[in-house]
Amino acid sequence: MNIHLKVWRQKQKGDSGKLVSYDVETDEGSSFLEMLDILNEQLVAKGEDSVSFDHDCREGICGMCSLSINGIPHGPDGATTVCQLHMRRFKDGDTLVVEPWRSRAFPVVKDLVVDRGAFDRIIQAGGFITSRTGSAVEANVHPIPKPIADYAMDAASCIGCGACVAACPNSSAMLFTAAKVSHMNSLPQGKAEKDKRTLAMVDRMDAEGFGNCTNYGECQGVCPKEIKLDVIAQLNRDYAVAKTKKFLGAAI
Amino acid sequence: MSSLVKKYIMAISGFVLSAFVFVHMIGNLQVFMPPSAINDYAYFLHHMLPWEVLWGFRFTLLAAVVLHVWTAIQLKIENAAARPQSYQVNASVVATPAARYMAFSGMIMLAFIVFHILHYTVRSTHPEFKMFMTMNDDGEKMFDAYAMMIYGFSSEFWYVSAFYIISMASLALHLSHGVSSMFQSLGLRNELWRYRLNAFAAFYGIVLFIGFSSIPAAVLISEKTGVQLLQTKPVLEGVKSWDKKSPIITNYENCLSCCPSSGKVTK
Repeated sequence: MNIHLKVWRQKQKGDSGKLVSYDVETDEGSSFLEMLDILNEQLVAKGEDSVSFDHDCREGICGMCSLSINGIPHGPDGATTVCQLHMRRFKDGDTLVVEPWRSRAFPVVKDLVVDRGAFDRIIQAGGFITSRTGSAVEANVHPIPKPIADYAMDAASCIGCGACVAACPNSSAMLFTAAKVSHMNSLPQGKAEKDKRTLAMVDRMDAEGFGNCTNYGECQGVCPKEIKLDVIAQLNRDYAVAKTKKFLGAAI
Repeated sequence: MSSLVKKYIMAISGFVLSAFVFVHMIGNLQVFMPPSAINDYAYFLHHMLPWEVLWGFRFTLLAAVVLHVWTAIQLKIENAAARPQSYQVNASVVATPAARYMAFSGMIMLAFIVFHILHYTVRSTHPEFKMFMTMNDDGEKMFDAYAMMIYGFSSEFWYVSAFYIISMASLALHLSHGVSSMFQSLGLRNELWRYRLNAFAAFYGIVLFIGFSSIPAAVLISEKTGVQLLQTKPVLEGVKSWDKKSPIITNYENCLSCCPSSGKVTK
């Protein structure tokens, strides 16, 4: 099958990039990233600079791939990362516009690669448990109701790919931050630092220059791990509680 | 101020305003009762209610509008700055048109609020408005709000009615996102209640649209067809024969016999 690609090419951070057209002959069985590999082989054979793009596990769990295809992060399929998107999803002769995530907090490093260090800094601000938890303890030491454990696990399935930021018309990082906060704040080990964590992570998120959440729900629509807006409601709730406690001078 | 606090401000001020419009609609719908009903209600609000209460309400509403608009502008500026380079291709996956056009519908309503206050509160758009007078059961003179509504929406000012109806459509659109969104912003929503509140918000918007728009629509229907939903004829005749000086006192049909005035009015 033949695919017309329009790929964002940008030499380095700060440069003004542009869309460049390529034609690629590929197979319906190849994944989207393999199709880009084929393109790069063609470019290298011609002595041109290959297209840079992020990828790692290629099995949908690492969160490295970060391509917006025809305006939708991770492409047209729901609950899918780009590496799990296959060319059979498209038709012969389709034109696909491939762009990097767009956000002030995610500067483009080169071509389709963005710097998602802002997410790391949000995690560093409070997305952890301070005390050493040691090796796995006996399962019944901390009784956790199954629905709570499931809820925390769903939130923890966030792979930090940044599609939520990329899809949000406001470039808000609320789904990511909320997933991390909800995961930890729901479990006994994380509850000890609940208020401190919530305040610190939101402050960091704001300082990184992400936009504000206006409840569009686009993030939920593109999230490859199907993280729900529920977690954002919990973050809003936990933050209100933490902020009130801080205002009243309570120990947090 | 953190991004979440701004969202709380939007949600709380939005709650105040969206609750107010419902009460306002119920008040307005009294126009479908005999004329004395809405006139007595207007008299009650302006003269019987302690002024502290009336101005307390007005101040709260003004504060809510100012906070809502000011915070919205701040959010809009920050959100635009968060994506300095836009996508070449934009696509939307799940966001509703109501969510995407919040700023647009909000701006129409802001223009509407300014006009509406000049129109029916300050009454500076029509000299007739301050001259519409009526009597209560005790023979006291009071403003005829019923006549004001009829004349303000009469076919002579069809463009005013059109603007009102368009603004009410904007209100419905705005609230179909806002009424559910405020619960999300305050953390009072989950996956189950997201669907319920979204449905409620859409219903709320439609009820308000029908409730408010029914008044200009009923004035036009009564004026132009034989269906007499409201007493347009005596009002419009009164305006026509007005001498530009004295108060316009409208003689409603069988008023004394058919409309027992609600609430005894004393000074």
